[in-house]
Amino acid sequence: MKTLRKIAFGLLVALILLFCLFPFYYAVLTSFETGTAIFTPSYLPDSFSLANYTQVLGRGFFPRNVLNSILVASVTVVLSLGLGVSAAFALARIRFRGRKLLLLTILSVSMFPQIAVLSGLFEIVRGLGLYNTLGSLVMSYMIFTLPFTVWVLTTFMRDLPVEIEEAAIVDGASPRHIVLKVFLPLMWPALVTTGLLAFIQAWNEFLFALTFVSSNDTRTAPVAIALISGTSAQETPWGAIMAASVIVTAPLIVLVLIFQRRIVAGFTSGGVKG
Amino acid sequence: MTASRGRTIGAQRRRAALLFLAPMLLVLAFVAGWPLLRSIWFGFTNASLSDPGSAEWIGFGNYLEWLSYGENDGEWTGLLVDAEWWRAVWNTLVFTFVTVSVETVLGLVVALVLNVRFPLRGLVRAAVLVPWAIPTVVSAKMWAWMLNDQFGIINDIGMKLGLLSAPVAWVASADTAMIAVMLVDIWKSTPFMALLILAGLQTIPEDIYEAARIDGVSPLRTFWRVTLPLAAPAILVAVIFRALDALRVFDIIYVLTPNSADTQTMSVFVQQNLFQFDQFAYGSAASTLLFLVIAFITLGYIRVARLNLD
Repeated sequence: MKTLRKIAFGLLVALILLFCLFPFYYAVLTSFETGTAIFTPSYLPDSFSLANYTQVLGRGFFPRNVLNSILVASVTVVLSLGLGVSAAFALARIRFRGRKLLLLTILSVSMFPQIAVLSGLFEIVRGLGLYNTLGSLVMSYMIFTLPFTVWVLTTFMRDLPVEIEEAAIVDGASPRHIVLKVFLPLMWPALVTTGLLAFIQAWNEFLFALTFVSSNDTRTAPVAIALISGTSAQETPWGAIMAASVIVTAPLIVLVLIFQRRIVAGFTSGGVKG
Repeated sequence: MTASRGRTIGAQRRRAALLFLAPMLLVLAFVAGWPLLRSIWFGFTNASLSDPGSAEWIGFGNYLEWLSYGENDGEWTGLLVDAEWWRAVWNTLVFTFVTVSVETVLGLVVALVLNVRFPLRGLVRAAVLVPWAIPTVVSAKMWAWMLNDQFGIINDIGMKLGLLSAPVAWVASADTAMIAVMLVDIWKSTPFMALLILAGLQTIPEDIYEAARIDGVSPLRTFWRVTLPLAAPAILVAVIFRALDALRVFDIIYVLTPNSADTQTMSVFVQQNLFQFDQFAYGSAASTLLFLVIAFITLGYIRVARLNLD
């Protein structure tokens, strides 16, 4: 009975692993296949060629698109963390009227459907001359990275003991000094996790990137992948699409595996989207 | 520290609070608050994509208007009588209901498994994060390939196992397109659901299980009477989170089934009207309705979750 239960449990675990990992495994498999090998479904590696990778990276705009994604996501994260630390200090460590309302507003914005601001944002983007520039994306990504960053950092700062800033207050240190010299050194773990989650959200964003940017050299990688197509529907270059997919996904998976414990903690402190 | 000095420091800190908050508030007002108001306003105008600035107020015309053809003749026009819009609403609701239900059940199963101590648990927990980390566009493309009618591995597996008698055009055919997009969402979001529920399960103290075991309560009964009620708040929060996300689904549908009426959701309807059909004002009106639905559910979430704001 007991061994039977163990076997059933083991099978369930195997099933979960298969469900989670098979699609990516299959994408990797396809990305190394070319020619007719692609068109016969195979479950184990049976041919190996880097042709899809050299095609995606060697010609066209894809390397540029990846670079754009890295740039946009990095700048977005740095700006959100800067604004977020400052705001979180006020929200977590200072009692003032309207604080709760403000926190609720920030949480609501993080649940906001991006589509609800699309036409208004489009007007701003065009009005500022940012249409078809990466700046339009950094600006619009603040909508989801900033409330999330503020919320998570506030939760983290709130839980730090009072004693750590008491000494600084007695010494007459300014709030700015307290943030930079007392809190910031303690906050690295929270900053790394929040920054990573914000980076992933910005890296994966599609709607704004599709709408505010329109030429091959300003696109981000997800939009570029969505737009890869052959000369006809029958000629979709699946090998190239899978190679591009693996390129934009592999770094994320490595990061997620390294930081998995912290990411799960970040999930539960609220505000992360699926 | 004397009382009066404490008060001055308190006042000084409250003044500082405003200064520390100001940059974040200004940015949010600029990228979220103002655009939201403008979008709502555009819904009540005749704004066009090429020149939204010169929009004129037309009242509720985009929502509902009697178009008169003369005496006793005419018809209602606007979003509220637009069959295409209502189909998008229906598609969105079906998509949300089915995906969130399935994700909750599967998520609970995965969470229960991960809550048991077994060798390699850390590895499995990491593996579960993989679908979440993959960009939605990439997930959609990966599944589009696996669901390919001629060369797809899903058809191959189905035929080998005898589940399918002939290859199915999952994405292209009207009957299965919705199933295909739901499948991708379930694959991508179940892990997220599982990890949120797992966090709830881990707050249940061991002693309760211990006591149930000593009293000889069957595992199934323990699950229904102990685990589920105690994990319910965490599950509810996870459900609302997912529902909010599913209601605005865009990427999966846009990539997997472009221009298909069978899977068109509210977000896709809005985006197409705004930027493809040159119906800027009409699309803005639709986005306002979508916003109202989501705002309503968000308020519900804030009530249910009893957030700790102190």
